[in-house]
Amino acid sequence: MVSTIFAFINAAIIQGIPLLYGATGEIITEKSGNLNLGIPGIMYIGGISGIIGGYLYEHSTDNPAALACILIPLICSLAGSSLMALIYSFLTITLRVNQNVTGLALTTFGMGVGNFFGGSLLSFFGESGSISLITTGNYYKASLPFADKLGLFGKTFLSLGFLAYAAIIIALLTSYFLNRTRMGLNLRAVGENPATADAAGISVTKYKYLSTVIGGAIAGLGGLYFVMDYTGGAWTNNGFGDRGWLAIAIVIFAIWRPSTAILSSFLFGGLYILCVYIPGLSSSAKELINMLPYLVTIIVLVIISMRKKRENQPPAHLGLSYFREER
Amino acid sequence: MCVGSAAIELRGITKRFGNVVANSNVSLSVYGGEILSLLGENGSGKTTLMNMISGIYYPDEGQIFINGEEAVIRSPKDAFKYKIGMIHQHFKLIDVFSAAENVVLGLKEKGKYDIKTVSERVAEISEKYGFDINPDKKIYEMSVSEKQTVEIIKVLYRGADILILDEPTAVLTPQETQKLFTVLRKMREDGKAIIIITHKLHEVLSLSDRVAVLRKGEYIGTVETAKTDEAELTEMMVGKKIELNIERATPENPQDRLVVKNISCKNREGVNVLDEVSFTARSGEILGIAGIAGSGQRELLEAIAGLQHIDGGEIIYNNPKTGSADNLRDKTPLQIRELGVRLSFVPEDRLGMGLVGNMDIVDNMMLRSYRKGKSFFLERKAPKNLAETIIEQLEVVTPSAATPVRKLSGGNVQKVLVGREIAAAPTVLMAAYPVRGLDINSSYAIYNLLNQQKKNGVAVIFVGEDLDVLIELCDRIMVIGSGRVAGIVDGRTADKNKIGLMMTKTQGGNENEQ
Repeated sequence: MVSTIFAFINAAIIQGIPLLYGATGEIITEKSGNLNLGIPGIMYIGGISGIIGGYLYEHSTDNPAALACILIPLICSLAGSSLMALIYSFLTITLRVNQNVTGLALTTFGMGVGNFFGGSLLSFFGESGSISLITTGNYYKASLPFADKLGLFGKTFLSLGFLAYAAIIIALLTSYFLNRTRMGLNLRAVGENPATADAAGISVTKYKYLSTVIGGAIAGLGGLYFVMDYTGGAWTNNGFGDRGWLAIAIVIFAIWRPSTAILSSFLFGGLYILCVYIPGLSSSAKELINMLPYLVTIIVLVIISMRKKRENQPPAHLGLSYFREER
Repeated sequence: MCVGSAAIELRGITKRFGNVVANSNVSLSVYGGEILSLLGENGSGKTTLMNMISGIYYPDEGQIFINGEEAVIRSPKDAFKYKIGMIHQHFKLIDVFSAAENVVLGLKEKGKYDIKTVSERVAEISEKYGFDINPDKKIYEMSVSEKQTVEIIKVLYRGADILILDEPTAVLTPQETQKLFTVLRKMREDGKAIIIITHKLHEVLSLSDRVAVLRKGEYIGTVETAKTDEAELTEMMVGKKIELNIERATPENPQDRLVVKNISCKNREGVNVLDEVSFTARSGEILGIAGIAGSGQRELLEAIAGLQHIDGGEIIYNNPKTGSADNLRDKTPLQIRELGVRLSFVPEDRLGMGLVGNMDIVDNMMLRSYRKGKSFFLERKAPKNLAETIIEQLEVVTPSAATPVRKLSGGNVQKVLVGREIAAAPTVLMAAYPVRGLDINSSYAIYNLLNQQKKNGVAVIFVGEDLDVLIELCDRIMVIGSGRVAGIVDGRTADKNKIGLMMTKTQGGNENEQ
């Protein structure tokens, strides 16, 4: 029984890591006033870019080196998701296209691109079957050396790959950045009231671009973690599922706080796989349980809008384009 | 006082926006340790002038000297470099941030960012000048006066030596105003140069050392406060009367149509925007409303139209058909219409409240009449005919009745709106600044339309800003200041200076001439 509970906690954390990356990335983006609904697509791109990089490297050498196995997919993933976020930024910030439409288009696009390359990458090289980068996957999955020696605790909390710990560190750093630094203050100002920020000499465009691109890159790492660590280097079409949307739901659930997003992600990760751990469920009951994360998000939304506490509201200028007042 | 070179000196500043000259050859100077009032009516170019000093606009002609050296101010950052700080009428603050966070926003200071040190420095500045503020309080919890204090501290924190305040007292209670003046006097003692934009004469006289007057973008002159009085300043401000030759018929058989009794209402900040306003609008007569912008004109019209909740008083409509007297207070526009009150409203915000910019002329006609339709489908025939009649009769320049309204010029938009409101055969017609932004010909077309309605026995309420127009067009002129009725004068005998004086006085003004 105890071991089942720990196994569940371990699984919840593993499920939560991609969500945490997505949520942290989206929080940074939303703090600048950009509602990037392209995050699910960006996470797909983050995953498939890593796969492509890893595949090309593994394909080109007989003895893949550990460092290259980690760095090449990592850099490819960051580049792919940043590019997606850059497209979003150019459309919404420079051309002032509607943010929702742009985001949804990018999500559809990203999923399509992911599935296209995931399904046909091997055939480009005359191979058949499905992608499986076991060597790269194993490097990503490598756990801390002393994890085995610490019993149940080590197994549950220390057996994760490095990207899992990085996710938590990035979330904590983001929290520090937003609340304790001058640039964080400026960024929050841009999301709250860009006209005021502009008048105070802050470059609204620069902050919006940077936060959206960096946020997109962080979210993309969630996709990379999923394909390299969680599935061990294998790609299945639509395997990432609706985790991207769940990440956006966590942003609301955590009321735009990256530190709160950490535990929220693990909670949502737990709810996501809860049905596996409850024995004897009918398939309809499973679907109901899978609905829980979204239900909880709706309840949180209702509560924060009822309490009307100003600090808990979304950035005031979220989803709107900024036009400098001119006469 | 005036030793050495001026803290800031303007020479021959001219600024145009398209064809409109906002400032023409303005020259003035302010010295350290001095408070200069910049006085002028709405649209006289005060704010534009100050925006050029604070880097929001760049002058087309002329030079600016700071401490005797020529300065080029192209952005708010440049202004900040020259130690110029402007406190705008609309506060630029982030609601969810604390006072200290707002003060430090956008600053590139050296050293670690620590909000506690900022709070301490804010407290220091507050103590030095006698502000009363808690640096950790969030902006959304603050009163208007506190927000203004934060704005002033923001400027002082950045080390400003030249302070510009754009109508700082417009939003303050008399007590808060006194507090602000005490602070400003302390700043003057500290050697700062202060420019205050205002049109309240008594404040000008009690606070400033010198007064510079602008009228319609022109610089009229600077006088020393000690050597002038209200009458002289008013004359400088409003100028001599100009003949416009607007037709004005004698009202025939006027009857009390709309009787407004003691209505009051508060805005979101809890300030009284209307304070015990009473007047009567008569049929076959044009009642003008004069006042500084934002004195409660909008709220007054919206209260009558059923768009604004009022805290007290009543609005009685005498129905000429049934003879009944109905109270319109707190009724919705639909309820008002159902009472059989034929009220037409040409709001100030034409494309916001009046018409839908993306819809064509026919659809905009339908906004007022769609309820007449009986079937499930829209009946476009009547509105289409109406649209074509308006286009023809009022000479609206448009490719067709199917052109989106936003593509028309300002004058044509106004004709469409006025045409629609008149077509409803009103008994009361309210028009807020109906000629704002229109050229001379369009303006006269609108005056004619209003006069026609007057002849038809409509009670016309006309809110205007040009005193010359009000005096020639209106039968009676009600002057309001700070939400109170300063007086009602007869348009035929009205004196421009006197109206100007009534507008700019905050309290009192009981010279009722009826």
